[in-house]
Amino acid sequence: MERRVVITGMGVYSCLGKNLEEVRESLYNGKSGIIFDPVRKEMGFRSALTAHLEIPDLKGQVSRNQRVYMPEQAKYAYVATTEALRNAGLDQDYIDSHEVGLLYGNDSTADAVVKSVDTMREKKDTTLVGSGAIFQSMNSTVTMNLGCLFRLRGINLTVSGACASGSHAIGLGSLLIKWGLQDCIVCGGAQEVNPYSIGSFDGINAFSTRESDPTKASRPFDRDRDGLVPGGGAATVVIESYESAVKRGAPILAEVVGYGFSSNGDHMSVPNVDGPSRSLQMCLRESHVDIKDIAYINAHATSTPVGDKNEAKAIANVFEGYKPYVASTKAMTGHEMWMAGSSEIIYSMLMMQNDFIAPNINFENPDEDSARLNIPAKRVDTHFDMFLSNSFGFGGTNSTLIVKRFMK
Amino acid sequence: MDKETFIEKLNELLAEEFEVEVSTIKPDATVKITLALDSLSFVDMVAVIENEFGVKVPGQDLKNIKKFAELYDYLYEKIAQA
Repeated sequence: MERRVVITGMGVYSCLGKNLEEVRESLYNGKSGIIFDPVRKEMGFRSALTAHLEIPDLKGQVSRNQRVYMPEQAKYAYVATTEALRNAGLDQDYIDSHEVGLLYGNDSTADAVVKSVDTMREKKDTTLVGSGAIFQSMNSTVTMNLGCLFRLRGINLTVSGACASGSHAIGLGSLLIKWGLQDCIVCGGAQEVNPYSIGSFDGINAFSTRESDPTKASRPFDRDRDGLVPGGGAATVVIESYESAVKRGAPILAEVVGYGFSSNGDHMSVPNVDGPSRSLQMCLRESHVDIKDIAYINAHATSTPVGDKNEAKAIANVFEGYKPYVASTKAMTGHEMWMAGSSEIIYSMLMMQNDFIAPNINFENPDEDSARLNIPAKRVDTHFDMFLSNSFGFGGTNSTLIVKRFMK
Repeated sequence: MDKETFIEKLNELLAEEFEVEVSTIKPDATVKITLALDSLSFVDMVAVIENEFGVKVPGQDLKNIKKFAELYDYLYEKIAQA
């Protein structure tokens, strides 16, 4: 028998805030977290735009011997996960006596790799890279760190699905719970923000160059968009079976009702319409919901010319005859990449919990495709019970989730 | 560098790297316990000593050292030979 999958905890650390409340406030007010970083210009970046967030200082919270294994994205993930576990009411006693799983999206550890290779080249001595370098340099660094720090004993796996990683992590986790293989999983996504991690991305002309006006640079669906702005941080979503949540007396925040996925099987970086459409259709089919109950779509839309255009086509085609609100929070956060699929579930959850839809800031003029969608440039104050979130990535990976307000 | 200055410098270096109070580092204290060293952080001790004093110390040698007094003697001699 398939089990219901519910969300019982959330935590976030992003350019919009260091916790749920700060992020809610930013979303409500349409506040951008994007800045111009002069260091990137000195490094030869075509675009020096980036989301801005401080690396958390965990001294006093995490021991030195554990911190040396943590690259910046693991630190973001630690803060987000601490908040999520607290909100879910998952204390260490419970975790120690149950198999709580861990599925987290991450797809790079550039900073750690660059620094250790620099040391090896300069010093010609591998010992000098230090004990933490290997653990910081592996793609699974976030799950390795979180698994040890929180003593998690269920599934422990990094999901690397490019910019859909965080969404796939929640989706795959929901399947494991649905099928009875796990009762509770800490899911999420993390993204490093240092320049090394996205220099090569800048090199393929993917970023907006609207450097004179950083907060206006990310403008998903707008006619005058000219590329994405890189962002990052971490977002953690605790999901578990309905039975487990009830047994624990946990706060049930919402229900994950569907996960859809697909691969474009096409171009490395240019998205198409067919792949995302199939992901949307699969998610709708799996969810058994009436599309007219979906009030809000948190679009993947990153502010690239082709990506937004093709997503707009896919949504308009699949939702033919019905126009839910469609907005991309990336207008405020930039593209949080490996983290985005998880953070955008949290952003949408905060909206659903607080009766508003955050504005797609900087949406001033539609193009012919976005004109087919209902895109709010200003915040919409409205009560709603269900949303859909799209996440797509390089190589043509697509993921779609549908979440609804919990009803018995 | 005289031995007293060396010891003071080493103590400060280890206290900073391993985040312990410098006052806990005493000649008769146990290195592994005082610095909370495990098999991995021993590697960091080798690295900070090499970076600071320019001497390459075999990890196994350090693992065989129990007290700080032994560490001071061992390293001071190594540096003198370098």
